[in-house]
Amino acid sequence: MTAPESPVFARRIVGVETEYGITAVSNDPGSHLTPDEIARYLFRPIVARYSSSNIFTPNGSRLYLDVGSHPEIATAECDSLTQVLNYDKAGDQMVDDLARNAEQALLADGHDAKVFLFKNNVDSVGNSYGCHENYLVGRQLPLRNLGKQLLPFMVTRQLICGAGMIGRAGGGFPPGFLIAQRSDQVWEGISSATTRSRPIINTRDEPHGDSERFRRMHVIVGDSNLAEPTFALKIGSTLLVLEMIEAGIGLPDFELENPIAHMRDIARDTTGSTELILKDGGTVTALEVQEAICAAATSWLDQRPDEGTPTEELRRVVDLWTRQLDAIRTQDFSQVDREIDWVIKRNLLDRYRDRLGEDWTNPRLAQIDLTYHDIRPGRGLFPLLQAKGLVDRWTTDEDIAAAVLEPPVTTRAHLRGRFITHAERLGAPITTDWVHLKVNEPEPQLVELSDPFAAVDSRVDDLLDYLDAHAGEYGEH
Amino acid sequence: MTGPQTQVSAGGGDDHSDDQAAAAGQAQLNTTGTDDLLDEIDGLLETNAEEFVRSYVQKGGQ
Repeated sequence: MTAPESPVFARRIVGVETEYGITAVSNDPGSHLTPDEIARYLFRPIVARYSSSNIFTPNGSRLYLDVGSHPEIATAECDSLTQVLNYDKAGDQMVDDLARNAEQALLADGHDAKVFLFKNNVDSVGNSYGCHENYLVGRQLPLRNLGKQLLPFMVTRQLICGAGMIGRAGGGFPPGFLIAQRSDQVWEGISSATTRSRPIINTRDEPHGDSERFRRMHVIVGDSNLAEPTFALKIGSTLLVLEMIEAGIGLPDFELENPIAHMRDIARDTTGSTELILKDGGTVTALEVQEAICAAATSWLDQRPDEGTPTEELRRVVDLWTRQLDAIRTQDFSQVDREIDWVIKRNLLDRYRDRLGEDWTNPRLAQIDLTYHDIRPGRGLFPLLQAKGLVDRWTTDEDIAAAVLEPPVTTRAHLRGRFITHAERLGAPITTDWVHLKVNEPEPQLVELSDPFAAVDSRVDDLLDYLDAHAGEYGEH
Repeated sequence: MTGPQTQVSAGGGDDHSDDQAAAAGQAQLNTTGTDDLLDEIDGLLETNAEEFVRSYVQKGGQ
């Protein structure tokens, strides 16, 4: 097996952006805090320290206040699956710690309130916020071709990694269970828009690296996942499909007449039998598309170069993928009901419906749906299920805790993390983005890191030496 | 002044979770003991479900 001439292949840079929903419940009747107000409390210590609500953290990630007052974490550049899971989960801890601090600050100002951060994608009236996946792909692969091959997978991927939700009545649909949260929120296959007309794949061309070699494929359609195995299946399956496309493995041709037209129907059919209309005529079901791609991925495991995410780990991905599709085909979900978010949540809701009645519009069910995504240990329902051993893990608390403090050692994020940590220790003023590291004083020193795969760079060593040489001129923290 | 390093290491909720996980074993959500689980969840939820849900309104994001 010879790898094609591509700067990225089995070892691929991947990162995940999570926008968190934010609210507060006041213990004082009549007192209400808006998301804007809560977000200000949340970011107060960040703004106090950095004069900005948009920073890079010592673990190489970006923490910021996004459009619509959503706290957002963009993970550091990762080059393997469990690594990006650890940084995604580390992001939860980072914002949860901000929320705990905000509760103290609110109390000091006379507001006795609980701050909630929801790792989900829809509020109670249907406003949506995203979980975006970024995959670095080679520049030589035309995006339209990539999209054409990828869209049938992306449209049906919700079957294996949706977060599940109770859909409200609307658009000709009755209220009921949906496999995924974002499926009603995307309106185009591939485009450059983000908020007004959300596409499945966004083409905004910001590679955050050498634009001659790299393209950053930005996937907008996915749900935020709570269950670690579901996150691993979402990212892992997508990595495998990208590898197969780049390697020129003949994926089954499922080019769809109108990919986006089927999203909402697929989300509402837990049997996967939604008929998709093929461009060349004929139909295929959503489940059949997934089964064919999963079969191709199973064969690919024996051929792929064992780089980036270890092939052994991807075997676990394909094992879960296979079991989930089998569960959908047989409607026996017991083999995946500790691993797949939408299955876990639907079980929980069904148990409540046994107790409360079948009606999907019961507000208690909506509360269960929402609280599943509350990231606070000891309060959120997913954290409760995990703490009680009712859901399976893919990583460990120790590895997540390490990811809170340290950047990935295998990518450019390692350089950024080292730089930030060093500068913070000296109290040196710096400016950082995904590509640039800059010392502001006494003389501006700028390093551009155009290769996200490079974790070692002598210019950064020089930058740290410069900081040390001027240590006496910075205010120590 | 609190920096991110201090904040991010201050959570500490997971040690507790670990203990619970070790004690609970490999139970399943759709089998025995679920009624106890639902009772426990009821104890965690805000009492006014309708108000809790209705007040959760965000501005849209991306």
